[in-house]
Amino acid sequence: MSEHTRIDCDIHNEVPDLEALYPYLPDHWLAYCRESAFNGPDAADYPESVPTTARDGSSPKPDLAEVQARVLDDVEIGILNCAYRVQSVRNEDLAASLATAVNQWQVEHWLEKETRLRASIVVPSHSPPLAAREIDRWGDHPGFVQVILPVRAEAPYGNRRYDPIYEAAIRHDLALGINYGGAPGHPPTPTGWPSYFIEDYAGMAQIFQSQVISLVCEGAFERFPSLRVALIEGGFTWLPSLMWRIDKEWKGLRHNTPYVRRRPSEYMRTHLRFTIQPLDAPPNPLHLAQILEQCGAEDLLLYASDYPHSHDSQDFLLDLLTADQREKIDSANARTFYRL
Amino acid sequence: MTAQFDSTAIAERGAVTKDRTNGHDAADPDASVQQGARYRAPLDTAIIDTDIHIYFPTQDVLRSYLEPHWQEYHQTFGQRGYDGSHFPRAMPNAARHDAWPDDGTPPGSNLPLLQKQLLDEWNIEIGVLNPLVGAGEQRNLAFGAAFARATNEWQLAEWLEPDPRLRASIIVPWEDGELSAAEIDRWGSHPGFVHALLIARTKEPLGRRKYWPMYEAACRHDVPIAIHFGGAGGAPITGSGFPNHYIEDHGGMPQTFQAQVISLIFEGVFHQFPTLKFVLIEGGFAWIPPMLWRMDSAWRKLGSEVPHVTEPPSELFRRHFWVSTQPMEEPFQPEQFRQLLGHLDLDDNLLFATDYPHWDFDSPDRAFPIPLDKERRRKFMAENARALYNL
Repeated sequence: MSEHTRIDCDIHNEVPDLEALYPYLPDHWLAYCRESAFNGPDAADYPESVPTTARDGSSPKPDLAEVQARVLDDVEIGILNCAYRVQSVRNEDLAASLATAVNQWQVEHWLEKETRLRASIVVPSHSPPLAAREIDRWGDHPGFVQVILPVRAEAPYGNRRYDPIYEAAIRHDLALGINYGGAPGHPPTPTGWPSYFIEDYAGMAQIFQSQVISLVCEGAFERFPSLRVALIEGGFTWLPSLMWRIDKEWKGLRHNTPYVRRRPSEYMRTHLRFTIQPLDAPPNPLHLAQILEQCGAEDLLLYASDYPHSHDSQDFLLDLLTADQREKIDSANARTFYRL
Repeated sequence: MTAQFDSTAIAERGAVTKDRTNGHDAADPDASVQQGARYRAPLDTAIIDTDIHIYFPTQDVLRSYLEPHWQEYHQTFGQRGYDGSHFPRAMPNAARHDAWPDDGTPPGSNLPLLQKQLLDEWNIEIGVLNPLVGAGEQRNLAFGAAFARATNEWQLAEWLEPDPRLRASIIVPWEDGELSAAEIDRWGSHPGFVHALLIARTKEPLGRRKYWPMYEAACRHDVPIAIHFGGAGGAPITGSGFPNHYIEDHGGMPQTFQAQVISLIFEGVFHQFPTLKFVLIEGGFAWIPPMLWRMDSAWRKLGSEVPHVTEPPSELFRRHFWVSTQPMEEPFQPEQFRQLLGHLDLDDNLLFATDYPHWDFDSPDRAFPIPLDKERRRKFMAENARALYNL
């Protein structure tokens, strides 16, 4: 359907169950898992039967054959975002060993079997030194292009505690991918725990917004000028409103954060990229076109199927684009961002 | 840098299926507005200010309105809230430097100065008082209820009665639905009290059932519920823990408002209380359209979880929510502000506010960055508030 080849920046490869990781766990943790009846991280970001988790005919945890058959047909390169939330395991050493096991599993079951795929390094980001060690373990493997972090964390990602992760990512020229979900223990809203899944889902966009504010206002992009961050599965139509608000805040309050030297929206445009699913689009395409123009979206968006998750069709966006814009969003932006 | 999306081509392809532009997308070059030069609006309409802050001049004044038992309690134990989330403000009391009375009492505690700097200076017809004094954030709920009642009696005696231009908020101990309902019942039929006042950072999302008795009382008296910027309910200001800086706390408040709207709509509050109205104060409004787009999309996929939501969230929002204008997001280009008003489609629900005496005060002639037609100016500056509050 498309004359150029796509780079799909969001395909999910989920660990089917803990036993899939047994071959890659050290003896100590293998025995511990068996004895304790531990089943794996308890983050419930994608309950298996919920309509957003899998589209018709897809598995909530697709295997390689399914991804090859249903996603990779018109895709030059596909980027895997594994959402195995080792961060929700409080035992940091176990979390670190699980991360290593997941990454080994990704290499053996995905990267070594399909050359069109790239993957994201799963890290115990609640322990930044251990996470940095994990990045160093895999950082020179050509199949890994990104470090994946859940958008919900114990502290916002601009906090200096995460610097070891960013140093390691830059050491290996890897991008950072912030992805829907996570289970850090505190509530997903500034006002406590909501009752319904739909509130968690709709509210996740606010946590992405908080992370953008933090990365910019806590100076992460001044400390790490080459840091590049993909916001994955958090929408993007909110970006103009956030740019306007934080630029205005900065005008009044920049003496509060002297190391934020440029307008916040400039950092956002320079360092951030956004996957296009979910679209969260206005019903009126004219309004969507205005949003795209307001934030200069043609340089910021990355094509993504978000397979197997199910959202409104992205064609609503793609149909608005000129051939040049389409080429950027389909592949050129990703090629530059991920060094492909 | 930005692309030129061809709006005409989009319309010609027949893609515009539902026009939500509401007249705001009409070609209007706004030649009078130069980028960088701040537009000044004519002051040719009535002005109702929906967000004025008053404070007790001293804690002794507060205590004089408390019953003796609570006077002693307050003297001994003070106020005990959800502490541990303090970001030092940019300015003392977050106030304009010129708003401090000569006697050293806090900004917003002196009626003659407030009259001079705000009501007389800008010819404000009616001003709504939103005292942020902490009654609702007391962990001792019984003391919170006494504190709320004292604040309401103080507003009546020292503000409403001396100046007929002022209206008050019913202060409630919002973490207890029954106690809050009792306070709304006490003041709900008094014409001087126009809404019940909550703060954005409650302990739980406001759609939760523990708050419902308060909503029932509000409906009984047809009193809107106002949610104001700020507060501390125990949870971090982000869904991802505590940030470091005041700018993140201040700039992060729209995320808190979004969480409250998502909760109120998806937890079925408007199914239970079809006449309930909310006023969002000092939260900005550019975040509203993208939030509604996401909520509508989520509801189409996940609506089976919330069968009590029987129409699109965006429609519920436009029927049940009013929004104050300060602090307004500032788009890069003036025409983008017009686009924003089109996306918002909330012409009957925007309420002008100054936020006196705070540092980010909006003056009536400089609040809007673009010229608005006279009819919209009338609505935003006064008539929407007049209709909402029956003023």
